[in-house]
Formats: sequence, C-alpha cells, structure tokens
Amino acid sequence: MADNEPTATEEVAAPVVADEVASAVIAKFPRAIFNDSHGQAVLYIDRADWHAVAEFLRNEERFTQCVDVTAVDHLLDETRLSVAGITPERFETVANFLSHPRNRRIRLIAQVSEFDTTIASLTDIYPGTNFPEREVFDLLGIEFIGHPDLTRILLPDEWTGHPLRKDDAPARIPVAFKGDPGPQ
Amino acid sequence: MSEKVITNDSEQIRLENQTGEGAQELQPQTRDVVLTGGLWPEDEATTIINMGPQHPSTHGVLRIMLELDGETVLRLKPVIGYLHTGMEKTGEELTYVQGATNVTRMDYVSPLSNELVWSLAVERLLDVEVPPRAVWMRMMLVELNRMASHLLFQATNGMDMAALSIMIYGWREREEVLRLIEMITGLRMNNNFIRPSGVAADLPEGWDTETLRVCDLVEKGVQEYSAMLNENPIWIERLSGVGVLTTEQAIGLGITGPILRSTGFPWDLRKAQPYLAYDEVDFDIIYTENGDCYDRFTIRLIEILESIKIVRQCVERMPPGDYRTQDPKITPPPRTRINESMEALIHHFKLFTEGFRVPAGETYTAVESPRGEIGCYLVADGTAKPARMHIRGPSFYNLQSLAPMAKGSLVADTVAVISSVDPILGEVDR
Repeated sequence: MADNEPTATEEVAAPVVADEVASAVIAKFPRAIFNDSHGQAVLYIDRADWHAVAEFLRNEERFTQCVDVTAVDHLLDETRLSVAGITPERFETVANFLSHPRNRRIRLIAQVSEFDTTIASLTDIYPGTNFPEREVFDLLGIEFIGHPDLTRILLPDEWTGHPLRKDDAPARIPVAFKGDPGPQ
Repeated sequence: MSEKVITNDSEQIRLENQTGEGAQELQPQTRDVVLTGGLWPEDEATTIINMGPQHPSTHGVLRIMLELDGETVLRLKPVIGYLHTGMEKTGEELTYVQGATNVTRMDYVSPLSNELVWSLAVERLLDVEVPPRAVWMRMMLVELNRMASHLLFQATNGMDMAALSIMIYGWREREEVLRLIEMITGLRMNNNFIRPSGVAADLPEGWDTETLRVCDLVEKGVQEYSAMLNENPIWIERLSGVGVLTTEQAIGLGITGPILRSTGFPWDLRKAQPYLAYDEVDFDIIYTENGDCYDRFTIRLIEILESIKIVRQCVERMPPGDYRTQDPKITPPPRTRINESMEALIHHFKLFTEGFRVPAGETYTAVESPRGEIGCYLVADGTAKPARMHIRGPSFYNLQSLAPMAKGSLVADTVAVISSVDPILGEVDR
C-alpha cells in the first residue's frame, strides 16, 4: 500500500509543459488543448477522442477513478471562458478523474454540438459513470453511445424535455397536487 | 408503468429503443434448469419484489427492485428520483450570496459540508483568501457535523438491525451535538453559516467550554456503543461477512468515503489533498480490511473519535481575528457601519439585491463529507448567478455499490447493506 500513501498536495500552476499528464495526452492526441483553470489541470479534447483519452488516462496514466461526469449548457452565457484554439459549441461534457496512486486530478472537457448531442459512454472503462451519465442524459439530453441502460434516472420515464437546458423554462410543466382545486 | 403509449414522438421512440426494461422496471428472467437444460415454465420464473419508496429501512424515498430466487437476491436495481426537486436548476436562478441556502438542503444530515464545498468553489473562482479564524471555525463546524452525521448513522443502522437501544442512544448524543451547532450557527440543520467570504458570525460566548463538554459526552457515548455492540455476538453475526465489496469494485464504481476505506484502502481527502487547515491538525485515517457491513459500522464509530480529536485541537488553537474577509465587494458591512457610512449602505444594498459578480471560469472543488467525496463543479459567466452549478453527491455514487454488495445475499441482508451505505436521498436526487 506504500504507493497509495498520499504524498504532497498536487497543485499545478505552471505552463503547458509542466503538467506531465497533459503533455503525455497531447503527445498522443494532438488535438487536445491544455488549460490551467485556477490551479487545476483541464484538457479540452475532441469529442471523437473522448473514449480513447479516458482509456489512455486509465491504462497509461493510472487515473483509477472517474469521480464525476456532468455537462454544461452554454446557451445563455453572458461571457464565456475562452480558451485559445477551442471552437465553442452549445454543450460541454465534463469528466473529472482522480488518480489515487499519483494523488492528482485531471478534468476532460469536450464540446458537444447542439445538433448532434452524442458522445461515447465511459461505462466500459469506468463502471461508476453509469448513474452520472444517465443523469446527464436525463437532465441535459446528451446521449452516451454504448451506455448499457441509458434511461431517465431522476425524472419519470414519460417526462419530455431536459430541464437543465437553458431553453427549458422552469414551471413549463404544471405540477398539480392531488385534490388541489387549482387557482380560484 | 406497464402501459406503453404508442406515439410518433421521436423522443419517446428513442427512449423505448434504448431501454431494455426502462429505468423503473425489472423483468423476471426465466430460470435455467440444470438437469434438463430447458427453461422453467413462466409461472416458475424468478420473483420480482419492490422495496420502498416508503420502506422504513430505505432511509427516505429510495426504491429498490429485487429479483429473487427463493430468498436469494439475483439482481438489485435502485430506483431514485422521488425527492428530485431540481436543485441544480434552482442554483442557476440564485445569486452566489443565496447559493449556500440552496446547497445546504441537499445532504440534510451534513449540511455544513455542502456549504463548505460551495463556498470553497466560489472563493476559488474569486481568488479570495479567508482569514485563519474562519478557516478553523469552518473546520470545527464541519467536524462537529461529521460527528452528528455518524451518530445518526449509528442510530439508523441500529434501527434497521432491530437494535433499538443504540437507536435511542444515537439520537440522544446527536441531539447534543446539534444543540451545540445551534448555539454557534443559530440553526440545528440547513445552517447557511459557511458562506463565500468566511462564516456568518463570530463564535458566541462560552463556545469553548460547551464544545469541550459535548466532546466529552460524545466520547463517553461512543465508548458505551462500543461496549454494547463491538463485542456483541448477535451484532457481529448479523453484520460481519455481509455485503462484501472489494477495493477494485469500489474504485471502479466511483465509491468514496467510509465504504471505500472499509475495503482496506486508506483514502481520505482531508489527508490526501488537504483543504482548510487539515494539514495542521493531528488525526488518523480509519480503514479496515474486510469491506463488509460490520467494517462500515466500525469505521464510522471510530471516525467520531477522530473528529472529536480534531474539534479539541480546534478549540485549543482557534486563532483570533476576523471571521470573514473584509472585502466590501463580497462581504456585507457590519451593521454599525451602515448607520454612519453611505458607501457601506450602498454595498449592503447591492450585495443583497444583485449579489457580487464572479469572473467567467470553471472549477471543480472537492472535500470529504461524512459520506465521501462531495464535489462542486461551478461554471461562472461573469454575472452574479452561476451558469451551471453541479454537486457531485457521494451518496449518488455510493448507491451504485448496492447491486454488487447485495447480489447473492438474502433479502434480510439487503436491509443491512442499504443501511451500511448510509445514503441521504436529498443528496442523491438533488
């Protein structure tokens, strides 16, 4: 268990080359772009590389756990974080990875087009992404190709729409309480 | 659920094609007969039973669907969403000042951890440092909350195992801790005390003696539980060897917190990636080797003692000074300043009507809550409201461990397994 012992706090605050994982990924996937977001390592990758980069992180770079998968709808952003070399799309899929042996984190972000909201599922590499990918599908309508059971998780099966999308207005669907006579 | 509406809606058609049986359905499978190689007749197929969402052992509104062969669990499927109130959507409608009131309602058993992770995320985007007293106050409150949360676990776990004395004992000690938290923050739960920029108020008079008194009381309580349960053959028989999870399974499924540590993997964010002042206090990571229900119970019991250790150090070393940053753009001015200063009045007004603006950026901040890694993924777009606020609830991920843990066990053991995960459905469904 010696190599699992936490050593020092990992805080990357340096130019591109200083982050060894990012440079290894960029060497293999040249379209990836590194960004230092408030001291955290972030890799903007092409949507087509989503699965391959995650596999590379797990097998080559010992990122043992995928802690979180989520997505963002940037439709109504006033100003948006601009990273050089990125063509922004409406949606961004975000996955956070944690390496226990190296005691560090990395974040992958892929742009997802409004007109083709699909991305590869990571469930075959990290089984723990099963629930969060269903949640993203449910609330933001991004389809994870290859997911074993891509169904709604928080909302009922017969629900229409994806509430965390910015064009899905709150209170669009009236929720009636049983026996409520409604407004007089 | 069984009646499917035929529709031309592409969304509906896609949904039906993708789901074998739907998120809320479980189809019985026909059993193979070993001798003949044929299938059992339809009426001899496995049984589907439904537990919850109102079952007392499912801790709120968790619904579990079980496929049984006799009394052995073949498959388990958690069905969640009964408590979904769209808190992430609500978070986009509230300003950063109001955000803490929203996130504190997610994990209602350890609300201060939620406030902490939210505040740390906002402060990271703002590049704001909080003064040392605020840091130590936060640490003390979060540890007190961890004590309260683990005491609640002892109570509910005892209740699920029909050990009713421990249920009353757990509630009793937890109430003492909550009374102390009420004395400091003003509320028992949903405190809204840890806020971006520091904490809401300074420590009240007599907090140190009261805190030490509660620490002694809880310590005595834990010794009592330990004497009652740790050597109790019925308790050991009921829990040990039940719901075993391996480290590989746990890491693969995204499991964190006491469940991961029970598999023999000493991982605690407070030690591994220290935040607040955890690198300055002395405490141990508690971990065990077996990964069963008994270990998960013991870990939480001993973690109460570790939290007491940290709280005592906080009392001893609580630094003097300010309890929040004095940045007028994010911190409301003191009440007395409003009487005499026009600027203070304007700042106060602007802060509570518009809130403060956070520059465009994104961050993921994680802390160790009593249930595991709670994370906040926050995207700011330059306005006073977040563009996206996502909370990574540890219980949401930990629920994925139910299926491998309960597989092959008896229905009665499934109750023990659910209880040992200690899920908080407010956080699962958000």
